[in-house]
Amino acid sequence: MHDEKLIKEIKRKALEIRKWVIESVYRAGSGHPGGSLSVADILACLYFHEMRHNPKDPKWPDRDRLVLSKGHAAPALYAALALAGYFPVEELKNLRKIGHFLQGHPCMKKVPGVDMSTGSLGHGLSVAVGMALAGKLDKKDYRVFAILGDGEVQEGQIWEAANAASHYKLDNLIAILDRNKLQIDGPTEEIMHLEPLAWRWQAFGWDVIEIDGHDIEEILGTFHEIKLNEKPTIIIANTIKGKGVSFMEGTLSFHGKPPSEEQYIRAMSELEQVERELND
Amino acid sequence: MIDATITDKKRNLRDAYSSALIALGRRNPDVVVLDADLALSTKTKRFGTVFPDRFFDMGIAEANMMGVAAGLAACGKIVFASTFAVFATGRSYDAIRQSIAYPELNVKIVATHAGISVGGDGASHQMLEDIALMRALPNMVVIAPADATEMEDVVPAIAEHNGPCYVRIGRADAPILFETHGMFEIGKGYVLREGSDITVIATGTMTAEALKAYDLLKKEKIDARIIHMPTIKPLDEKLVRKAAKETGRIITCEEHTVIGGLGDAVAMAIAKKPVPMIRIGVNDVFGESGEAWQLMEKYGLTAENIVKRAKELIKKS
Ligand SMILES: Cc1ncc(C[n+]2csc(CCOP(=O)(O)OP(=O)(O)O)c2C)c(N)n1
Ligand SMILES: [Mg+2]
Repeated sequence: MHDEKLIKEIKRKALEIRKWVIESVYRAGSGHPGGSLSVADILACLYFHEMRHNPKDPKWPDRDRLVLSKGHAAPALYAALALAGYFPVEELKNLRKIGHFLQGHPCMKKVPGVDMSTGSLGHGLSVAVGMALAGKLDKKDYRVFAILGDGEVQEGQIWEAANAASHYKLDNLIAILDRNKLQIDGPTEEIMHLEPLAWRWQAFGWDVIEIDGHDIEEILGTFHEIKLNEKPTIIIANTIKGKGVSFMEGTLSFHGKPPSEEQYIRAMSELEQVERELND
Repeated sequence: MIDATITDKKRNLRDAYSSALIALGRRNPDVVVLDADLALSTKTKRFGTVFPDRFFDMGIAEANMMGVAAGLAACGKIVFASTFAVFATGRSYDAIRQSIAYPELNVKIVATHAGISVGGDGASHQMLEDIALMRALPNMVVIAPADATEMEDVVPAIAEHNGPCYVRIGRADAPILFETHGMFEIGKGYVLREGSDITVIATGTMTAEALKAYDLLKKEKIDARIIHMPTIKPLDEKLVRKAAKETGRIITCEEHTVIGGLGDAVAMAIAKKPVPMIRIGVNDVFGESGEAWQLMEKYGLTAENIVKRAKELIKKS
């Protein structure tokens, strides 16, 4: 059990991430709010509790790594990194702006704290496998987290990587699958089915844990269940695309579209309302 | 001028690759080698036998191998990833682009079985557009060594270079051209024969043909300058422009499609002050099965064809 103070603190961080997702995507005039909002709670748990990292030393060799394989959720990652102290939060207002460092998709050469450049789906898990392999080679105890979209795992390379991870017994590798059940053209099960998803990962030699990806207590608790048993772990996090903004929740339309001015105001006031309730 | 002669001695560049890799592995514990179920053919298996802890066979999953290489490099390893050129570049292009070239990671893609001289396997295995693909990627260094001696110098040189490199070598044994080590430097071209009537710029397997062409041209009283261009990117543009200025004609030779390879790189380098030029390469067609020498002949990748085209160019200009 985690104490209530911690849970409340992380809920606050998740809310701040959500607010910055709306703010930065609105200001940029483009970007992906839906998949950023669905992964906000997971990122908050990782960067504000679970991961071993040091914003003052982004390249610390012993840090836990995070590969945001679904790179289009960059607004959420950038918000988490800024709030953690990797760079000033004010920079989030310059997302996607020419001459600024916050690229539309994560760029490890430009953004402190970004461990891998991503954006083309299906590559991140392979890279995470390489990082985990390096950890084993160097006998270091860091862990590698890879965040995957559910639509993303339709890519064949994901399964090449999944196979390699269990073959090389990478129990220092933890994938988190943002199971928001939507991709661009529709629900995943209509576009290209993924179920039985847990079974598929098990068949590839992974430990599978299924959780509610918006329940902070459950997310935090999950990390304690991960065993050093020579098997990689995947956490299938059941989420809601657009989570936290009523008119974005469960919709396809906000996958890659910014809110209008009116929608921006509504979204922010909804999030601020939740923030007030949390602080009461 | 660099000392180069064609002797009867031949040596396989893949053998040179694996010996150099083992020597490098002894000196540098950060060297890690990956292969994709072709470790016996690429000869990386020899490294794996000596350093089993630092060799990983990634199975028949080339794109994943490139991503894994990127992850290892992001954690400080110098990663060599090998398979046939057709799979190393074609099959894995997006993984190389997104995970290696864009983040500028320290991965050395050493591809074997490049070009038409693969022979019997036919067009599916004869990679003729890998230079074009890799050359188009920012941050990528592209190298095609001419013989085993040079290959042994290329391996430590690319390990020294911090960033992505693509090296392509052929399948067949190749004549030894260079007796001594220490010549190779990334980004440098080498004058192997002086001449003033025309310049032949060759890379990879075609450098040996260019040297043979020199002797044949000599008999016809044509003085050719022969340049060996192991690094196609970054190109030694100074040397190319000097040759253009001094000899007034250029022929490029590569075991690659004429589109996007050495020929195009040279043409770009002289675009401001052009001279008459011919690009010898495979003319925008796929290959076919046959013996290596038969294919080289059929597709015009021979000293004889260089001579023929040189005479044409001299007659016309
Ligand atoms: C290789 C590749 N193909 C297509 C795209 C375009 N694209 C961006 S996001 C997306 C849908 C992703 O769906 P999912 O993985 O479920 O992400 P989420 O729902 O979390 O946003 C697509 C097809 C891409 N970025 N990469
Ligand atoms: Mg989805």
